[in-house]
Amino acid sequence: MGLKSFCLKKSLWVYHFAGASCNNCDIEILDVLTPRYDVERFGMQLVGSPRHADVILISGSINQRDKPRLKEVYHQASKPVFVVAFGACGCTGGVFAEGITFAGPVDQIVPVDAYIPGCPPKPEAMISGLSKLMQTI
Amino acid sequence: MGEILYHFFVYPGLLFAGVIGGLLAWFDRKVTAQVQFRKGPPLLQPFYDFLKLLLVKETILPARGSRATFLIAPILGLFGATAAGTFILLPLFNINIGFEGDVMVIFYLLTIPSLTYIIGALASGNPLASVGASREMKLIISYELTFLLFFAAIVLKADQHMQMSQIIQMQAQSGPFISSLSGVLLFIVGVFCIQAKMGMVPFDQAEAETELSEGSFIEYSGTVYALVKLTRYIMLFILPALLVGFLISGFNLSGTGIIWAILKILAVVLLMTLIRNTNPRLKIKQAMRFFLIGMNGLAIVAIILTYLSL
Repeated sequence: MGLKSFCLKKSLWVYHFAGASCNNCDIEILDVLTPRYDVERFGMQLVGSPRHADVILISGSINQRDKPRLKEVYHQASKPVFVVAFGACGCTGGVFAEGITFAGPVDQIVPVDAYIPGCPPKPEAMISGLSKLMQTI
Repeated sequence: MGEILYHFFVYPGLLFAGVIGGLLAWFDRKVTAQVQFRKGPPLLQPFYDFLKLLLVKETILPARGSRATFLIAPILGLFGATAAGTFILLPLFNINIGFEGDVMVIFYLLTIPSLTYIIGALASGNPLASVGASREMKLIISYELTFLLFFAAIVLKADQHMQMSQIIQMQAQSGPFISSLSGVLLFIVGVFCIQAKMGMVPFDQAEAETELSEGSFIEYSGTVYALVKLTRYIMLFILPALLVGFLISGFNLSGTGIIWAILKILAVVLLMTLIRNTNPRLKIKQAMRFFLIGMNGLAIVAIILTYLSL
């Protein structure tokens, strides 16, 4: 394994994009920063700007208004960047999949590297998903 | 010439200060994690972050705004911090004695990183970055006078010698300055000044993550952001080193002295980290009032006490 991919693997900075989320996934994302789960052990941290992001974590269903914004955020992020679809709504659309404002699951808008299903996914599921993403780097 | 370049780039300048600063950045994050009952990042985490930004990530230039200024600002900031670090660390490590008046040179060089953050932020053309830059400007206006008074008080305590090595030598002869009442007051003033210079909570208004999403640094990515990170690592080492040299009698690098030197630096960084973890972010107005009235008052009291040789 090269130095480059090792360093990238060891320090994934996560930018959180919330679509039309019911906020339940957002609360679970904050859970993994707490003492019990603590993803900073793996060098992950939440960043505020997509320019610093290595992982874009997308929660909630994407509706017509979110779609151009999600594309914009994806283009703003400095590459290489990984996209993780979080929760049932992010992966497939969930209960919103047949709504009139629904603009397709995340993987039809931007390329997705990992899916973490669940409504909401447990913090353990998120850590498991992110560590599987780390193994692919 | 070769020796000067060696001092600037390798020891005790860029490379050495960067490595020690990275380890201190880990210490800062680890203590933060321990305060919050977390486990915290691994030892080499700051280096992983730095190398990832330097080698892997793409550097994006702003579409609007001045690209050249945007790129040059972090480089200037890094050189300012390294030059200040070299002038501080040369007398501290007893490599050479510097020159008369190097204290003022250090003072001016230490403002360069903050100034370049402002220049870079304004050149990026991002509205959030310009809000961050304006806050950084207000913060500089408020703490710079206090920092100057701090320097003045130290020079006064050292019989008006404006040379770092002589200030350290005087403390070696007659005990560290912090053992007097005015020294304790000056230590408090100094810690808050370097807290503001580092942009640590409670003085992180310029890069407030939650409201401005990194503020001044919002547009930086890739290699240039790595340079910003390196500048901050170096500042995290040289500012506590400056405080140790001015008030806690510097380093004595023989035998067990090395352990004491490490403990002194760690103690100052620990104090800064604990302040950062037990305080909320101040509004910029409150921060200005804190420095202009509170800390300036304390520094003036310390100067008067120095005149009375207390």
